[in-house]
Amino acid sequence: MRVRISRKKLRDEVIARIEEISGEQISKCFQCGKCSAGCPSVDSMDILPNQIIRLLQIGEKDEVLASRTIWVCDSCFTCESRCPKGIDVAKVMEAARQIILRANVDKVKPYEIDEKTFEGLPQAGIVSCLRKFTG
Amino acid sequence: MKIAYYPGCTLKTTGTGLEMSAIAAAKALGLELVELERWNCCGTVHSLANDNIINNLAAVRNLIRAKESGYDRFVTLCSICYNTQKSVNNIIRNDEEKKGKINSFMYEEPDYEGDVAVLHLLEAIRDEVGFGNMAEKISKPLSSLKIAPYYGCLLLRPKEIALDSQENPTIMEELLSATGAQVVDDPYKTECCGTYHTVVDVDLVVEHAYRILSSAVKRGADAISTTCPLCHFNLDRRQKEVGKRYGDFKPIPVFYFTQLLCIALGLGEEPCNFELHYVDPRSLLAEKHLL
Ligand code: SF4
Ligand code: SF4
Repeated sequence: MRVRISRKKLRDEVIARIEEISGEQISKCFQCGKCSAGCPSVDSMDILPNQIIRLLQIGEKDEVLASRTIWVCDSCFTCESRCPKGIDVAKVMEAARQIILRANVDKVKPYEIDEKTFEGLPQAGIVSCLRKFTG
Repeated sequence: MKIAYYPGCTLKTTGTGLEMSAIAAAKALGLELVELERWNCCGTVHSLANDNIINNLAAVRNLIRAKESGYDRFVTLCSICYNTQKSVNNIIRNDEEKKGKINSFMYEEPDYEGDVAVLHLLEAIRDEVGFGNMAEKISKPLSSLKIAPYYGCLLLRPKEIALDSQENPTIMEELLSATGAQVVDDPYKTECCGTYHTVVDVDLVVEHAYRILSSAVKRGADAISTTCPLCHFNLDRRQKEVGKRYGDFKPIPVFYFTQLLCIALGLGEEPCNFELHYVDPRSLLAEKHLL
């Protein structure tokens, strides 16, 4: 794949916001791949966690924001506990989700869910789900 | 000895088996869990967004409630509550700016300085009772049971809240060994259960659950031991969907560690609410002459 890296893309405002919301410095990542190696959800992801970081490093925010990965990531922090550069990838994923949710685009629409779906589910699951997937 | 206890919402509904068995087992060990007089939902998942300060307030209120009742610590049972309460406490302890904002936002409350410690019951039993002393109180050793401990994520990650080694925790193994159980070494013990995806993406949780459960079965475990009502739901109740997807799947009972403690302490099944389980553990317990 051919990627054009332009100064404009590298100074992208959204990527700066992701760094601000997550409190993580994207450029510290040296692409060792440990985050993806330990991630229990990679089977369901379209872009690997280390690739998400790489895309942000080169200014490709659109691919990141359109990915399935940022929603599949379930904040298990396995990547956080293993990153040799001390990057909390779970927080970067959260920041990417927040960029979308804060534009008033809910990933899960509670009012569209059939009430039966909630039957018997632990509150901890329901409240967590709505916190993670709605703005 | 009395110790303050924060239940959280799920322990009052789908997680009553955890709450009741924990209270009964702790009492038999000399720890009286005294529920906070007023408490609210901790907010479940701790917000990972640096600028989201508002989501910390619920947990801070619980800590203030404990403090105004004269406690300097409280015990949690649910892994999510433990994680969120401890994470928020760490913010108050380590981030002056956020602490200031939180306290001034909650102007109707006394300022909170981070001086209530958040513990998990596993730690309270280890430190206040001691697994050695606990072993002496065991009247029905679980020696015929092979148990795979399962920790999941939120007791161990992120780093600041870990109650044991992140990669190879042993606190539950130590507790289970003290009940006489045979502990099964299982590398999937710290793998994520799929958590809140269970509400909207059952397939994803089925994949996680299948990997974790079949690893325990493959290693010869008779049952699994958990600490969290959401992990329990995903590992126990989702076995229905796991069974539908994987024909070769062999169901396995999933206990809360406190239910196993109740059995080992001779308290019987009464405080365990086993009827709430999808895979009823009673036939296994009867087969092993433990009921
Ligand atoms: S583990 Fe850390 S340094 Fe390695 S690829 Fe992932 S984010 Fe980058
Ligand atoms: S936090 Fe997300 S990206 Fe990191 S290991 Fe867990 S699921 Fe994967």
